[in-house]
Amino acid sequence: MTHPATPARPAEPKRATAPHKTPHRTLLRTDLRTLSLLGVLAVLVVIGGVTQPDSFLDTDNVQLILTQASVIGVVTVGMTFVIISGGIDLSVGAIVALASVWATTVATQEYGFAGILFTAIVVGVACGLVNGLLIAYGGMVPFIATLAMLASGRGLALQITDGKTQVVTVDGVLSLGERDSYILGIPPLVLVFAAVTVIGWLVLNRTTFGRRSVAVGGNAEAARLAGIDVRRQRLYLYLLSGLCCGIAAFLLIVLAGSGQNTNGNLYELDAIAAAIIGGTLLTGGRGTIVGSVLGVLIFTTITNIFALNNLQSDVQQIAKGAIIVAAVLVQRRDAHSTT
Amino acid sequence: MPDMTSRRNILFGAAAAVTTGGLLTACTSNEPSDKGGSGGKPADQPVADDKPGKQVIIGFAGPQADHGWLNAINDNAKERAKKYSDVTLEATEGSNDTAAQIGQVETLINKKVDVLVILPADGKALTQVGLKAMRAGIPVVNLDRIFNTPQAYRCWIGGDNYGMGLSAGNYIGEQLKDKKNATVVELAGLDNLELTKQRSQGFDDALKNYPNIKKVARQAADFTVESGQAKMSQLLQAQKKFDALWNHDDDQGVGALRAIKQAGRDDFLMVGGAGALSAMQAIEADDSVLKATVLYPPTMAASAIDLARALGQGKGIGGMAEFEIPAHVTLYSAVVDKKNVGQYMPTGFR
Repeated sequence: MTHPATPARPAEPKRATAPHKTPHRTLLRTDLRTLSLLGVLAVLVVIGGVTQPDSFLDTDNVQLILTQASVIGVVTVGMTFVIISGGIDLSVGAIVALASVWATTVATQEYGFAGILFTAIVVGVACGLVNGLLIAYGGMVPFIATLAMLASGRGLALQITDGKTQVVTVDGVLSLGERDSYILGIPPLVLVFAAVTVIGWLVLNRTTFGRRSVAVGGNAEAARLAGIDVRRQRLYLYLLSGLCCGIAAFLLIVLAGSGQNTNGNLYELDAIAAAIIGGTLLTGGRGTIVGSVLGVLIFTTITNIFALNNLQSDVQQIAKGAIIVAAVLVQRRDAHSTT
Repeated sequence: MPDMTSRRNILFGAAAAVTTGGLLTACTSNEPSDKGGSGGKPADQPVADDKPGKQVIIGFAGPQADHGWLNAINDNAKERAKKYSDVTLEATEGSNDTAAQIGQVETLINKKVDVLVILPADGKALTQVGLKAMRAGIPVVNLDRIFNTPQAYRCWIGGDNYGMGLSAGNYIGEQLKDKKNATVVELAGLDNLELTKQRSQGFDDALKNYPNIKKVARQAADFTVESGQAKMSQLLQAQKKFDALWNHDDDQGVGALRAIKQAGRDDFLMVGGAGALSAMQAIEADDSVLKATVLYPPTMAASAIDLARALGQGKGIGGMAEFEIPAHVTLYSAVVDKKNVGQYMPTGFR
């Protein structure tokens, strides 16, 4: 697809104080998209409820779906920003793996909870920084730069672990994933996911940073002419994605109780798929956090329904592919008819 | 692997893995040394033992160690080779990449090593290079993942995936045989690997011996801790009550056990697979649902070095009547539970 005529939203002014005016039609259209995603989710809930009335709708299962959505959900929020800006981050899974194995080495575990959290985030941000520098200032295509990070990140993760599973023994970390630490019935992992979602939404919709991200993705040249430092903006976006990966790595450590070089396997594809289903254009310039998060929830719910009904992995993969195709077809029609 | 693997091979496999040298030549009671009576005197055949013999250079092309078991394979081969003063090991960098591994084996052929031990990333894809080595007069010991044709190897040694399922199923069957309407669930490994299907088939076949037991659910994970945790927590949600669980792989079992703890479940028994150290420690501690694991021993790599050394020195193997080492050696998937875990603990891999 070529760039749709997105610069309808002109490159924004330099000051954040100017109220952001959304044309009424755009707002309506966004809401329709969100509504249709909610509709899909509702249909899935009905299917789950009908096929497995005893297990699908009980609290345990809802907690489980949300918990399983948390790790990939946080990654997807970062990925959404990157895609909106017209980029792509293929290295998210590798960054999650690298951050999780680095944070679970014996040396790091000696520093307890804080040591693990700190290391995971620092490694995530550092990888994002490398991506951002290569893309923004090294002039590399995001696809290639992050592909290189994918390869070397996985390699480094393998080197650190020597192929072994690094089991976490720090009590504070492990107990965070267990029932006793649920707050008002909500697992802490889900709270982190919710917080990242809300912050992501605010940043995208209510800050200069968010509008600049959209502007760069819509038309980088126009954004540059409007006075946006496009390169710096790109650097920040990959940093943001790396930060999200670091947070996700920590959540994964809590969940799985270990660091392994295979962690985060295929997260890049899952996150891209969720963002696309949520209505983010792969060509950049358009996308929503709510849509992406709904995309993640749809995938996680489908996986859950499949497992509850004991369907095998081949069927699951075929269905996942079909859903991606359907979503993109709908999106194309949408792009043709309305913009 | 053919199902008709002779029992002797299985016996031999166990013997090779456990004994360090062939001290017993012909006196084991069940050895049919008087059979075949065509004049051969088995007691006099040269057999490999710990005594230094002719120098042998063994080329080893192993896997990329991105998984606990594969890592243990490489370690076992290297450790075993160090034990013999007459063995020099030329080990390549482990690889998952077929093209790279073919190149590595070709390099070893050019170096004119005496014997090759190859664990191919993909048995079918590496068949040609196995053939090439054999034609160059270098005997090949094919480790675990089997080449397409027996012409490509002199000897195959590997694990028994079907047997793992069989052992797990029979163990669970014995535990539950007095229970009416018992139910089991299966947490399988990567479904796109043939070995996963073989493990499941063996498990299903074993359960047929116990009509009171029904398999109610099966989900496939990816051999990783993360996938084990994710799939197990869903299985637990789907099956509010069951009596036993078979998990194909101890690495993903780390995640599965975590999911079981998070769900606060302890109403069933769990059997693992492969024989990881952490699983054996949990079995010994007996403080979780994990009560046993069925082996797929990485010690096969050490045995492969033994076989390669014997091939290089033109010797047979102690405890067997034949002059030559066998063409096929299939290891036995023993069940390790609390009673015998002490014996197997040293073979547990990280």
